[in-house]
Amino acid sequence: MRPYNIKITCSTSRLLEIRKFVSGVLESHNYPEIESHKLVLAVDEVCANLIIHSNDCNPSQHIELKVEYKEKESITFEIIDKGISFDMNQYQEPKLKELVNTKRKGGLGLMLVKRIMDKIEFKTEKNTNICRLVKLID
Amino acid sequence: MIEIKNTIEENVQHIRVIGDVDASSSIHLDNAMREAISKSTDIIVDLSELSYISSAGLGVFMSYLQELETNQQKFILCGLNEKVLEVFQILGLDQLLVIKENLAEARQQLDAPV
Repeated sequence: MRPYNIKITCSTSRLLEIRKFVSGVLESHNYPEIESHKLVLAVDEVCANLIIHSNDCNPSQHIELKVEYKEKESITFEIIDKGISFDMNQYQEPKLKELVNTKRKGGLGLMLVKRIMDKIEFKTEKNTNICRLVKLID
Repeated sequence: MIEIKNTIEENVQHIRVIGDVDASSSIHLDNAMREAISKSTDIIVDLSELSYISSAGLGVFMSYLQELETNQQKFILCGLNEKVLEVFQILGLDQLLVIKENLAEARQQLDAPV
């Protein structure tokens, strides 16, 4: 079992690198392509949120992504940053109708992540935020 | 990583989106949508060359639905590949938006009586 990791500066222009990295790891384990796309999307969503909301797109800040692939068991993505911590308990899933009525553009990202991943965890330890996403392998 | 082509054909705005729409590029889609809406015609968004969309792109479409309805501008998406369509389906947005398989079907839908 080999952990994979990548570190990028907090700029949304780096999201493509994150997506390529995740899809490369999953491909190397022959993870099915259509399923892989969903995991890439979920990781992209969390990274985009952290870059924009927790780190204000500050290029002197970084986020780090670690992937642990346990064959026939699970895939764990850990996204680590030092920005403003996100409190999952404060998050209320918006209703689609509400989004349309308020013309809000945000709010859909975490909805996607919740539907794609089997487990989502946010925690903060010593000024470091860790978001852990787990996908079980059937 | 995104290219957008706006054209007008038979009084219908066509927006062709090529590449990836993510948090960094969705602003271009937003600008194209805003421009198309300002021209008060019906709008077809051709996504047949779109390889990736994240919530930032979905949010752009959602944020204009009310305005399109108020303006009575018909709005149709078409040509979504399997992966892109699935992103819409995960959230049930395929129930809120008119999605057609290809450009010909999208045009037919516009010509159909309401």
